[in-house]
Amino acid sequence: MNGAGLRAAGLVLPLAAFIAVTFALPLGTMLVRSVYDPTVAEAMPETLTRLGEWDGAGMPDEVVYSRAAAELARATEQGTLGQVASRINRVRSGLRSLLVRTPRQLRDSPAGPRREALLAIDERWGDPETWHAIRTAGDPLTARHYLHALDLDRARDGSIVQRPAEERVYLRLFARTFAVGLAVTVLCMLLGYPIAYLIAHASARNARWLLAFVLVPFWTSLLVRTTSWIVLLQTQGVVNDLLVTVGLVADDGRLALVHNMTGTLVAMTHILLPFMVLPLYSVMRGIPSRQMAAAASLGAGFFQAFRRVYWPQTVPGVGAGSLLVFILAIGYYITPALVGGQSGQLISNFIAYHMQTSLNWGLAGALGGILLASVAALYVVYDRVVGVEGIRLG
Amino acid sequence: MTPPERESLRRLLKRRPPGAPAHVELERVTKSYDGRNAVVRDLDLSVSRGEFLTLLGPSGSGKTTCLMMLAGFEAPSSGTIRVHGRDVNRVPPRRRGIGMVFQNYALFPHMTVGGNLSFPLEVRGLEPAVRRERVGRALELVRLEGFEYRRPSQLSGGQQQRVAIARALVFEPDLVLMDEPLGALDRRLREELQYEIRRIHSDLGVTVLYVTHDQNEAMVMSDRVAVFRAGRIEQVASPEALYEEPERSFVARFIGENNRLPGRVMAVRDEICEVDVAGRIVRAFRVVECAPGDRVTLSIRPERVALAPTPGLYTNEFEAQIEDITFLGDHLRLRVRVCGRSDFVVKIPNMVGHGAVIEGDRVRVGWIPTDCRVLDPDNEEDTA
Repeated sequence: MNGAGLRAAGLVLPLAAFIAVTFALPLGTMLVRSVYDPTVAEAMPETLTRLGEWDGAGMPDEVVYSRAAAELARATEQGTLGQVASRINRVRSGLRSLLVRTPRQLRDSPAGPRREALLAIDERWGDPETWHAIRTAGDPLTARHYLHALDLDRARDGSIVQRPAEERVYLRLFARTFAVGLAVTVLCMLLGYPIAYLIAHASARNARWLLAFVLVPFWTSLLVRTTSWIVLLQTQGVVNDLLVTVGLVADDGRLALVHNMTGTLVAMTHILLPFMVLPLYSVMRGIPSRQMAAAASLGAGFFQAFRRVYWPQTVPGVGAGSLLVFILAIGYYITPALVGGQSGQLISNFIAYHMQTSLNWGLAGALGGILLASVAALYVVYDRVVGVEGIRLG
Repeated sequence: MTPPERESLRRLLKRRPPGAPAHVELERVTKSYDGRNAVVRDLDLSVSRGEFLTLLGPSGSGKTTCLMMLAGFEAPSSGTIRVHGRDVNRVPPRRRGIGMVFQNYALFPHMTVGGNLSFPLEVRGLEPAVRRERVGRALELVRLEGFEYRRPSQLSGGQQQRVAIARALVFEPDLVLMDEPLGALDRRLREELQYEIRRIHSDLGVTVLYVTHDQNEAMVMSDRVAVFRAGRIEQVASPEALYEEPERSFVARFIGENNRLPGRVMAVRDEICEVDVAGRIVRAFRVVECAPGDRVTLSIRPERVALAPTPGLYTNEFEAQIEDITFLGDHLRLRVRVCGRSDFVVKIPNMVGHGAVIEGDRVRVGWIPTDCRVLDPDNEEDTA
């Protein structure tokens, strides 16, 4: 590389470092976490080595019990027992309390074979399922989170099976997320296309005003816009009041417009609309107004001219806007969290739940990984079909 | 007047016979966007079938608006536009069947050249075989055979313009409008395409209305030129007549170079006026109605002024002083002080014996009355 090239690279360096620290690193950590969890492996290495020789049927031998007892006691001293317990608990629920209280009770039990001592504390220590759970949790490399994220589970024999019906959550959630993304994209497109057309072909002065109507909400805080929708749409809100006053809706039959799917769709469409309007506007402004006049002079009616001359030239804008809106929509969090209620929650809300409440970061990472992969797949498909180089964002 | 002067006057007074039947007629057409300022004012214009008529004028003079009204993209505020005798005011553009070439071509960038040309035929529902044949012929006409599958972006400016012309002709309209089609091209290409458009016009016999602000282009291409100024037509005439017989001082100024002398009419004798120009009496040909006492402008072409004429040959003969001389190869351009002006231009051919003049010389200049035209008072402010 020559000197100028090096200097140019030097200018990019701060940005590259920033992206590495704020984006690539956390993303990488989460993705690693979704397939790699050494908590149990590090806490109980001896136990796990011995468990590897266990045939899986019947009870493990005394060595396993004594090592487990020792390593659980050490984990208690090091303060990692809680993590180990909850990690194993995710494989088989109900084991947390057993694991947490076992070392304490073990201290008070008489010396002798540990198997008897443990069985005396709780007969679940004699259950092969408990040891299976420990062995499964002990594998640091795991597809478990991804399987979980797809409502699948690994059976004892290692085959992949569907989770019981009442535990299947995520596939439906992904489907709902993509459906909402699609619906919002289509709504933005239907609303945004005429707006962009109007702005692109208005006089310079009018265009400035119209563009301000698009941009001012765009610059307004997301939280403000979302909560404004609550004010407008709630049962005692402006829209319902208006409908009741006009007489379209009875006072006792006020519509549920918010804290459900309707609220999510309305608010997200409004918030994402600029991302559709701006690329469309940019593309449309590049189309000389003479094009439609030329089509008319050649004998084409308005719809013919629009379909054959105008629309094809706006496809890059439609593609860019749709891609942008869809990608933003499927990752949306605040808006569904505030106005979505139960039926309007999307996958991001569950990722947040696993990050903040259940602390199952592995599952959160897996859900996020799947989301990321679908966006990447979408981008590749778009590139193949339309061509990314045609995208104009403004 | 001397005998040759009398002969020249006789020829001038002969009027041209009326032309072919009208193809396009504009009758008292006015266009105003805001109801107060008219872009086009009370305009009358008649274009014969097969004629090449150029609308020439400075920008903002209303020539493009006229074209847009004809194409149907603008509606006249009042007045009537007739095509083949039929009032088209309420006919939408797509039903007028008029070919249009736009300023920046307006080719469809997402279609190939063939697609562009085929478009008007497709919307007319023609069979694919007929379309192919017509597209082929149109490409042949503009000498772009084999360019069918190119995109407009892969063509040079000149080629794009040829495609635009072919597209305006491919559905065989008998009237084609061109709005400054060569404005974006460099000079050499422009001259080449001027010739091409002339050829196509005479090959096809279509009526062409052509808008330009380039007077050379108008002179080269047109059968007749309509000179626009501030929404009105100053004069419609053949290029020769516009040059030789301007009827308005604006036209005299806009077309070619002209000496303009402000003066006051002293006497009118038939077609000849005696005009007082800075104390000198100049005899000139009356073009506008005028009476003694009126303020007028005299216009005289620099090449119609003779240097040191044979005494007694010209009625108008004056003392002049040469201010400076510019050598221009085949002719000399002299700036002389005469009749109270210091910017009076005389062009003399670079012939034997004319090399003798030098700056500061006092010479005699003269011209015949019919070459000097009495026009309306000049208003220098609205120069092109």
